[in-house]
Amino acid sequence: MDIQFRDGDLAFQAEVRQFIGENLPADLRDKVQHGLHLDKEDYVFWQRKLNERGWFAPHWPVELGGVEWRPTQHYIFQNELVEGYCPPVMPFGVRMVAPVIFTYGSAEQKQRFLPGILDSTAWWCQGYSEPGSGSDLASLQTKAVREGDHYIVNGTKTWTTLAQFSDWIFCLVRTSNQGKPQEGISFLLIDMKSPGIEVTPIITIDGSHEVNSVFFTDVRVPVENLIGEENDGWTYAKFLLLFERSNSLTGGLKQQLHRLRTIADQERANGAALSADPGFAAQLADYEVQLRTYEFLELRTLGNPNPGAEASYLKIIGTDLQQLASELTLRAVAHYGNPYIRDALVHGYNQPAVGPDYAAPAAPQYFNYRKTAIYAGSNEIQRNILSKAVLGM
Amino acid sequence: MDLAFSDDDLAFRDEVRVFVKDNLPADIAESVRQGRAIDKPDIQRWQRILFDQGWAAPGWPVEYGGTGWDATKRYIFDEAMSEFDTPETVPFGLLMVGPLIYTFGTDAQKERFLPKILNGEEWWCQGYSEPGAGSDLASLQTKAVLDGDHYVVNGTKTWNSSAHIADWTFTLVRTSSEGKQQEGISFLLIDMKTPGIDPNPIVSIDGGHHFNMTYYTDVQVPVENRIGEENKGWTYAKYLLGHERQSISEVGLSKQRLRRLKSIAGEERSDGESLMDDKSFAKKVAEAEVLLTSHEYLNLRFLAEEAAGRPIGAEVSLLKIRGTEIRQQLTELTIEALGYYAAPFELEQLTDGWNEPSIGPEYAAAQMPQYLFSRAATIYGGSNEIQRNIIAKMVLGL
Amino acid sequence: MDFSLSEEQQLLKDSVQRFVRDEYVLESRRKLVASDTGYSEDNWAKMAELGWLAMPLPEEFGGIGGGAVETMVLMEEFGRGLVVEPYMSSIVIGGGFLVAGGSKEQKTELLPKLAAGELKLAFAYAERQSRFDLNDVECKAEKSGDGYSISGHKGVVFHAATADKIVVSARTSGGSRDAAGITLFLIDNNSSGLTRRDYPTVDGLRASELEMDGVAGTVLGKVGGGAALMDEVVGQAIAAICAEAVGCMDVLQETTNEYLKTRVQFGVPLSKFQVLQHRMVDMFMECEQARSMCYMVNLKIADEDPTERAKAVSAAKVQIGNSGRYVGQQSVQLHGGMGMTDELHVGHYFKRLTMIDTMFGNKDHHLKRYADL
Repeated sequence: MDIQFRDGDLAFQAEVRQFIGENLPADLRDKVQHGLHLDKEDYVFWQRKLNERGWFAPHWPVELGGVEWRPTQHYIFQNELVEGYCPPVMPFGVRMVAPVIFTYGSAEQKQRFLPGILDSTAWWCQGYSEPGSGSDLASLQTKAVREGDHYIVNGTKTWTTLAQFSDWIFCLVRTSNQGKPQEGISFLLIDMKSPGIEVTPIITIDGSHEVNSVFFTDVRVPVENLIGEENDGWTYAKFLLLFERSNSLTGGLKQQLHRLRTIADQERANGAALSADPGFAAQLADYEVQLRTYEFLELRTLGNPNPGAEASYLKIIGTDLQQLASELTLRAVAHYGNPYIRDALVHGYNQPAVGPDYAAPAAPQYFNYRKTAIYAGSNEIQRNILSKAVLGM
Repeated sequence: MDLAFSDDDLAFRDEVRVFVKDNLPADIAESVRQGRAIDKPDIQRWQRILFDQGWAAPGWPVEYGGTGWDATKRYIFDEAMSEFDTPETVPFGLLMVGPLIYTFGTDAQKERFLPKILNGEEWWCQGYSEPGAGSDLASLQTKAVLDGDHYVVNGTKTWNSSAHIADWTFTLVRTSSEGKQQEGISFLLIDMKTPGIDPNPIVSIDGGHHFNMTYYTDVQVPVENRIGEENKGWTYAKYLLGHERQSISEVGLSKQRLRRLKSIAGEERSDGESLMDDKSFAKKVAEAEVLLTSHEYLNLRFLAEEAAGRPIGAEVSLLKIRGTEIRQQLTELTIEALGYYAAPFELEQLTDGWNEPSIGPEYAAAQMPQYLFSRAATIYGGSNEIQRNIIAKMVLGL
Repeated sequence: MDFSLSEEQQLLKDSVQRFVRDEYVLESRRKLVASDTGYSEDNWAKMAELGWLAMPLPEEFGGIGGGAVETMVLMEEFGRGLVVEPYMSSIVIGGGFLVAGGSKEQKTELLPKLAAGELKLAFAYAERQSRFDLNDVECKAEKSGDGYSISGHKGVVFHAATADKIVVSARTSGGSRDAAGITLFLIDNNSSGLTRRDYPTVDGLRASELEMDGVAGTVLGKVGGGAALMDEVVGQAIAAICAEAVGCMDVLQETTNEYLKTRVQFGVPLSKFQVLQHRMVDMFMECEQARSMCYMVNLKIADEDPTERAKAVSAAKVQIGNSGRYVGQQSVQLHGGMGMTDELHVGHYFKRLTMIDTMFGNKDHHLKRYADL
């Protein structure tokens, strides 16, 4: 047992830091650091920078554009990006649909879709949940009926993140009502420009437009856009969920803590810094201890080839911590959690801030982060998975 | 809405205070203060004092020896009692089987049993749970077969508090295996001196002997000791569980505990100061106190409802859940306050006549057993999980 | 980075597991707890024979030279068995003090005996007013001839009755809560001027109150250097006790899981109720988190940076306190009445976990310490 980074790891860490220092523009870093809204261009800009360096898809197979890194290096890389206030990589293409395509897709599909994902010319979104199928995903009803060399798709998808920016959507659709609900599902890649697709925004409690409903009316999808076998979509969906859940959260949590500390140092309570108030200091310490625990939990699971159960409890604990940090931040800004000026969340807002300049995103982020315990399989569903898979209940 | 007490109420409060002050025996108060177990004779002594004053059963109807007080007066009485180191009411007779007998019993049963419950002469215990029937109480298997004018009872009851010192037990027995499980249960009152009854101690994690496993072998019980109708026992049991849940909300007792916690924390030292001056500890005590206050007001609201003639339904489970959680919180904070002196465990220190100096502070010895025993509070009387099931179904309609 | 055990460590683990399985069924432990000394001298001799007593001690003084990970492996298995032998008091703490602060002569004389099971030690630090502050010391040591004469009271000294020598913290200068001016002393258990009151503890161990009136003591470490020495060795002890707690929690988690699968109510095993499944998952996650922090602290306990080390120690103790409380309380709750019985092992693990939180400062104490670091 040891927790030392090897020399190679330290050199690698320095290399990543140098790359960020040279390539991340100050204003973009600033936006991320202050929790301001990012545009599509911001994401795309940074993803292209990473791609130019060959680091946009490190977990892909080398021959397709991945990098041969040890688990520790992946870990260092992810955390350096977050700690350096880089814009997050949008996972839907590179982390989610791409592994499905290179694992289960045809040679043509790989050739057709992977390059666009790598150079960020194609923006993807995920079409899983439906109004009637949330936790019980397998009950989904969006129908795809085969007609010659096309599927005709009808139905509604919901909670579709950033569908308004998307060029493509990967969808779970029902192709059969025989047998168990899981056995009649197929995995389709659908061009968002196809006639019959309509995207309507869903505004969330923090006032932002992140998620959408996507309506499909007689949408024609070429048969060659089917992944793998018809009615085997559930297998690919489960494979993908694993990737979705196995994202390291430690870096992001540290960033949240750092922001929180900075705020608590500047806020005043009883004539001193809020961070010196014994009550608040204890809560900060408590959070930091939990974060350390989470970090070591994540480290222990590094390089585990079969991250099934671990992925579930890391999701639960990690998202609990995301919520806790956002709650403590809201508490730290006290009264100045109240003002809500939407434009203040956009970079370049040039009115003086109402109250301290760090206060504006606190409440929106707290409200927005309630989603983390719900999405990607709610934390209740994760507990169901654990009780069945690990505890055998 | 009105929280103020009338002049009459205030005068009554003074009356109770004066009475308790003048009549609570000093040795009993001292034992309560030290958190020692109060034994049967002491509890009987105190109940006799209350009985002589006419205050033994504030909640009972006047015709059976109750006080006829309204909800406000009962609250004032409990409140005033908790200001002193009065012993906890043993619930089995006064709060459980007593109300059951005056509600569902025959005149003969009322005459036979109620007076001795009131004056504390006869001591009762409860015979509900069985080794295979815990949360799922209706699956109980102890059999009672009618044979002439007697039931013959065979089976095993468990977790019987005080069975080893009880004179009588009230028991749920199976008299039929037809229909739903709940429909074949009867409610019997059994004399603990009847041949064939064998209580065996179960030592609990606090080292005490509170519980028993009681075996029944061909125990003869006269038919006239059955409450109400045969196979209707489940109805009576449910009625009684409602009463039990209300009684284990124990607001007064928690106030006593909170007071003791504060006095202990006031004595303990931390960083050269009193532990009550330690901000993080004081905050936790304050949190417990706030929770207790909200619990008290929940109790008051329910009391007022009842007083207005609107009986409380399944909501009463709320009282059991919160009341027992608060109890655990307070006992846990108390052992936390003791620091290292939570560890010494010499039960002899808690018995009467121990006259060696205490290990560490004199208040330390009783606290760990109380904490450990308090863990049972969220299990007995229908576990808190079961209470939440009840609320989910009966109150929220889930 | 690597979280796996080496081959030797795995062998050590296997051999402690065998010992616990063979010697530590609940009934034998019950007998040990009720015996005169509160543990078994035979077991102690066996631990010496198997090299466990020598494990963390340096090779040049009859030890094996194991590190924190070896101690962690031992303590975790001891936790699984609720082992009552004074390994923590005597070897981890007593041995730790000799190694960290003993003079060449003290090491040469005492460490080989300690490793061979011929010498047992205890550590007296708590005082009535001190709560969890190791530096809140009112016991006084005054120079007397070649040595020192110690007077004052020490409380809840674990395994003092069976120790040959006791390490005592006493003040040689400074005010009662100053870190400076504390010195550690070795005293003989049969010293004149020492009165001991022995008693059992709630988790099945033994402890004593010590009344000292001019007890002769020899200095351990530097005069006035007690605070630093305690900080170092108690840090190691906390790392070790975290491992013990992890062992306790795992047993509770496993047995509660098993109980829920076998106990039938309402016609189905309790494990079919989702609310109990989720409770069980939360217990499982607490166990995994506790284990992570246990690894963390044992890997960082040798860190050169004292602040980093202290933070690791306090963070781990907080997590262990929280996890142990949750797992202990919920195990009792989910076992229902059975969890309340003295007969079942669940309550005994619960009591040990409760007292582990108190040991060397509870979660509040360490949270505050962490915040102050």
